[in-house]
Amino acid sequence: MSINRRQFLKRAGVVTALGLGSSFATIGIGDRLASAASEYEEAPNADKIKHWAMVVDMSKFKTEEDINRVIQSCDKIHNIPQMDSSKDEIKWIWYDDYEHTFADSENEYLDETMKKMPFIVMCNHCENPACVRACPTGATFKREDGIVTMDFHRCIGCRFCMGACPFGARSFNFRDPRPFIKDFNPNFPTRTQGVVEKCLGCYERLEKGEQPACAEASNGGLIFGDLSDQNSEVYKIVSTKFTIRRKTQFGTQPNVYYLVGGGDHA
Amino acid sequence: MYKGGRIIASLIVFVAVLAFPFFYNLGKANAGPVINVPSGTQCVEPVAYMRANHMQLLNQWRDEYVRQGKTVYVNSQGKSFNINIDTCLQCHYSNSATSSSPAATHPAVSTTGASNPAATTEASNSVVNPSDQFCVTCHKYASVEPTCWSCHNLPEGANQ
Repeated sequence: MSINRRQFLKRAGVVTALGLGSSFATIGIGDRLASAASEYEEAPNADKIKHWAMVVDMSKFKTEEDINRVIQSCDKIHNIPQMDSSKDEIKWIWYDDYEHTFADSENEYLDETMKKMPFIVMCNHCENPACVRACPTGATFKREDGIVTMDFHRCIGCRFCMGACPFGARSFNFRDPRPFIKDFNPNFPTRTQGVVEKCLGCYERLEKGEQPACAEASNGGLIFGDLSDQNSEVYKIVSTKFTIRRKTQFGTQPNVYYLVGGGDHA
Repeated sequence: MYKGGRIIASLIVFVAVLAFPFFYNLGKANAGPVINVPSGTQCVEPVAYMRANHMQLLNQWRDEYVRQGKTVYVNSQGKSFNINIDTCLQCHYSNSATSSSPAATHPAVSTTGASNPAATTEASNSVVNPSDQFCVTCHKYASVEPTCWSCHNLPEGANQ
């Protein structure tokens, strides 16, 4: 039996169509299996904010004890290791003097008390974060609520963000942090060697409707709120009092405001 | 055949060496992973789906939680679960020290039908033995090494 050219092409066409059709059918089934009908919801009692902001009321930080209490509360909750050398140091919230906090406005005739005053410093959760621009993997990003956060799964430890951040708010895990965690909190993950870390704005507390750990431990020294909400305390302070921010010349629009003048706010 | 005897002898030796692993393991049952989860319960999605897609689901959970701030997963049956690795651990990391021995109450079942006696007896020890845990035993069987526990915590700081 012999077939001519026309018959051969017809049969080949039919076989190809059958093969393609069945492969589409199996792909379709696979897709349905891969996406079970499901959805994702936000936490029921989450504190829904749009513009994360913090005011540091310097009048409330008189003694070293006031500052250490705040720092320790963060260290404890977030499993921050206490490293023995400053190179390995991991910092989420710490303090520094005027000269280093507000480097651009330092002058030699500055009031002595101001010069020596310890300023609480942390990630500023900038509106225009330099670290996010620098991150090559998208591990660092700004959330809708304004928190500049990290997906540690994606961090490749390149440290571009550390170079980009003008505030030194990022630390690299040169060593495995776990042996250096003094007071381990099993409810918060640790980090691992080779990733950068930073203050995460207490996203895990906001989703439960709680205040950030530092604000809660500060006895009113750190005022947290939503700057987009005109009834919030932070908005009232920032819009009526004189506050300063760190290193504004870099244009990152930091969201931590320092209330340096008088003691009564809002 | 020129030097035929030597060629055939060397061929036999060659084939014997090549087939050595096959004969060495002949008759040894390939014990499957020990799955000591409470029977009659269902994971966040049906078993067949979880078996095939749990890694994709975990990645989806991570992205929705970390990037979109979604903390609750509603499954295909309308049941809600917290997006947290602890949700997995509640069943898949049974602490035999506190709960009743999973080996005694829930006979260990495996995908191949053969149970691994060594692992089931370990499960009744009072000390938590990570090697008899669901994810560990499965991943070991499949030769997969996820790095979850270099950051995430096992219950009660067992990884510390």
